[in-house]
Amino acid sequence: MSTTQTKPQKNSFLAGTANYVDERVGASGILKEFGRKIFPDHWSFMLGEVAMYSFFVLLLSGTFLTFFYDPSMAIVKYDGVYAPLKEAMISKAYESSLFITFEVRGGLLMRQVHHWSALLFVAAAGLHMLRVFFTGAFRKPRELNWVVGFVLFVLAMAGGFTGYSLPDDLLSGNGLRIIDGMIKGVPFIGTGISSLLFGGEFPGHVVIGRLYALHIMLIPALILVFLAVHLFMLIIHKHTHFSGPGRKDTNIVGYPLMPVYVAKAGGFFFIVFGVIMVISTFFTINPIWNYGGYDPSPVSAGTQPDWYIGWLDGALRLAPTGMEFMIGEYTVSMNILIPLTVSLLFLALVAIYPFIENWVTGDKREHHMLDRPRNAPTRTAIGAAGVMFYAVLWAGASTDLIATHFKMNLNQVLVTMQISLLVLPVVAFIVTKRICLALQRKDKEVAIHGRESGRIVRLPHGEYIEVHEPLDEYELYKLVDFKDYQPTLARPNAEGKITLGARVRSSLSRFYFQDRITPATKTEIEQARHHAHELEAQVQKAIESDK
Amino acid sequence: MSDNSKEVETSKAAAPAAGSYSDHEYELGLRVVNSDAIADPGLEPHRVRMTDKSVKHEKAAVRQVALLFTFSMLGSAFALWAYFNFPLSEDLSSVRLNTMYLGIGMTLGLMGIGIGAVHWAKTLMPDNEVSEERHLVRGSDDKRAAAVEILAAANQESGFTRRKLIRRTLYGSLALFPFPGIILLADLGPNPGDSLRHTFWKAGTRLAKDPTGIEIKASDVTLGSVFQVIPAGLNPTQKDYLEEKAKAAVLLVRVDPSELKETDERKGWSYQGIVAYSKICTHVGCPVALYEQHTHHLLCPCHQSTFDLIDGCKVIFGPAARPLPQLPITVDSEGYLVAQSDFLEPVGPSFWDRSVK
Repeated sequence: MSTTQTKPQKNSFLAGTANYVDERVGASGILKEFGRKIFPDHWSFMLGEVAMYSFFVLLLSGTFLTFFYDPSMAIVKYDGVYAPLKEAMISKAYESSLFITFEVRGGLLMRQVHHWSALLFVAAAGLHMLRVFFTGAFRKPRELNWVVGFVLFVLAMAGGFTGYSLPDDLLSGNGLRIIDGMIKGVPFIGTGISSLLFGGEFPGHVVIGRLYALHIMLIPALILVFLAVHLFMLIIHKHTHFSGPGRKDTNIVGYPLMPVYVAKAGGFFFIVFGVIMVISTFFTINPIWNYGGYDPSPVSAGTQPDWYIGWLDGALRLAPTGMEFMIGEYTVSMNILIPLTVSLLFLALVAIYPFIENWVTGDKREHHMLDRPRNAPTRTAIGAAGVMFYAVLWAGASTDLIATHFKMNLNQVLVTMQISLLVLPVVAFIVTKRICLALQRKDKEVAIHGRESGRIVRLPHGEYIEVHEPLDEYELYKLVDFKDYQPTLARPNAEGKITLGARVRSSLSRFYFQDRITPATKTEIEQARHHAHELEAQVQKAIESDK
Repeated sequence: MSDNSKEVETSKAAAPAAGSYSDHEYELGLRVVNSDAIADPGLEPHRVRMTDKSVKHEKAAVRQVALLFTFSMLGSAFALWAYFNFPLSEDLSSVRLNTMYLGIGMTLGLMGIGIGAVHWAKTLMPDNEVSEERHLVRGSDDKRAAAVEILAAANQESGFTRRKLIRRTLYGSLALFPFPGIILLADLGPNPGDSLRHTFWKAGTRLAKDPTGIEIKASDVTLGSVFQVIPAGLNPTQKDYLEEKAKAAVLLVRVDPSELKETDERKGWSYQGIVAYSKICTHVGCPVALYEQHTHHLLCPCHQSTFDLIDGCKVIFGPAARPLPQLPITVDSEGYLVAQSDFLEPVGPSFWDRSVK
């Protein structure tokens, strides 16, 4: 049936429905525009999908949980089926969490689905960010979408933390206590903000209800809005693709949305959901019944926050002793302020990185081809340094467990972490950059001389050589197709002045590109081939004369 | 400039459409244009799959996909069956069975669909890569001119730039209107006042065990023993129980009096080697719950701040900056341990004006 036909065949229910929808919402135009949109294929493009699907699973499982959960902090006597807590005075929030766990069929399963998918959500979003960073997908025109993605990542952490606090168990209560302590450490406004958050003194009677409002309404709504913007920009920009034969900044190579990506991506949602489900079926997460309700006095040793808060907790732990001073009679808690500032600075750097790199290269063209990480050695090294910095902070949140598990001195573990935080990012930078440059050299070598064949030949004059086989044109193109930048000198502007900005940009350009490896050129390859042919002729001659 | 770039140079595309790279030139910055670059050989030839070549393989793939979807149906049906056949009871192992069988069924239900659909796409749907032109994100010059015209017309018609008075008062009103909304948030919590400086402890309050509330006699505290302490009279049914406990929690330890290093001012704060310190960490407020008997060190399990109990609970390690506040204690006529007064400084995490009298 042709699409221009206005009257569908009577016997076709599908065509009738399609016609009904089209006449009311103009669906055919939407389908025509997007139905065959091309999406490139690469495994790393899945990471963002995993994050999005985990978020959908969060919405589904979370909605189920809200039907049973009660965010009240009123104290009640526990009278449920979990014997060890019988008669305990606990909050209604904790009581209803226990009720979901032990008295709602599938309740524990849904709680675990919710918690696991939250952990996966933040993890996948983080990995997706790393993929975008290391392949340079944040370059023009996608800088703003990087910022939107960054906001999503922060919202994901906020969603995680507010949710973590809701069961009002001993662990989550201690988490809130730490937040309270950090807020109080902020000069001028800390005490007031803490009182506003907790509705008076910690822990108060309202904070759980307020976090609940944020957790089930404001934060998911914001995530949905930013997710919509994120995807809208994805459609405007079209997806990036890796460089390679036939792939250019001016085209997009891949498979059509319908039917291939509808099946693959749609199916993938079920796979992600299925993986979360199987993990939640067999692996306990956050066994709140073991912790008991919140009480400000007890705490168990070896407590850990959820993984994505770890780096912030680590930052708190790594602050050196005694960093507090007085201005007159006012207390300035640098042991709180330094970790706070360092974490916020780190996040800010992540958010603005695309603009820094764009300023240095001055390349104002649109970039739709992804870099292999090795082909942008300095960026990759900066990324590795950032990952290392985060990783040390993250490991810092487990100093006590590292000490007990490896039978080490806690104090030495901590001091090692403090030193590592300053030293290891630098080491990671240098090592990564060297590895990238070495890989680039190797690529160039292979592009020019071909692949080692393992065939060793002795020439008539006694010299041994290994014969190299040339690459086919597709393999070759993959190795030489990357963008090459060169450092610049500080140049005077129109008034003949060399501005500070020009100087900074010049030295940054040297930092980025001074030791660059250029892609192999046609001439180099032809010369090498010519040489190889001569050798081959010699080899043939030798073989023949041998006969 | 862009015409020199290798992409365009090697492009096999026909005349570029509007909005493509020839339409607008961007700066290349530090980019090196490689005039000696290898030519782009174009897309790699398509590799034919077994399912494209052989009917037998194609039919097998169809069966596999259908089988996976069938697994999914069976899984979902199993989950429904499990819901009714593994109910929850007082016996906690029922929770395990309920979770496990429901979960297995639902996993099968989900995975069958997911793997089936992906398998279908990979084996039976066309896998020819398609190349499509991109267009610049910016609008064409015509479009931009039209947009500018609309803005100019809107400006002209409204007089937004021309009528300064209207514009500036609008800015002013927009700047002010959120503030009433913000001030509404002030009632989220009371002014903390001096609530952070006082605790439940008063002169003569007896020390009681946490959580039983049994009052403690000095003679109960043997050398080296540790007690988690709350003030007597603080009980879980009262309204501000947790807030008061969050400030009043105390750790009581008896050490050899000769080992205690006490400043002159605090000489009378302990009783026969029994000392009482706030349990709330001066870093961010976790309970300092770990006591190491042979070193007399107190360790906070949250961030590992370590305090030396016999030397006024000074910080010897970790991020905390101040010693734990000491509760002055003595015994009353019946031999029970009592507080001499409240803490003489605010307990818990530092705050900006904690030392302001």
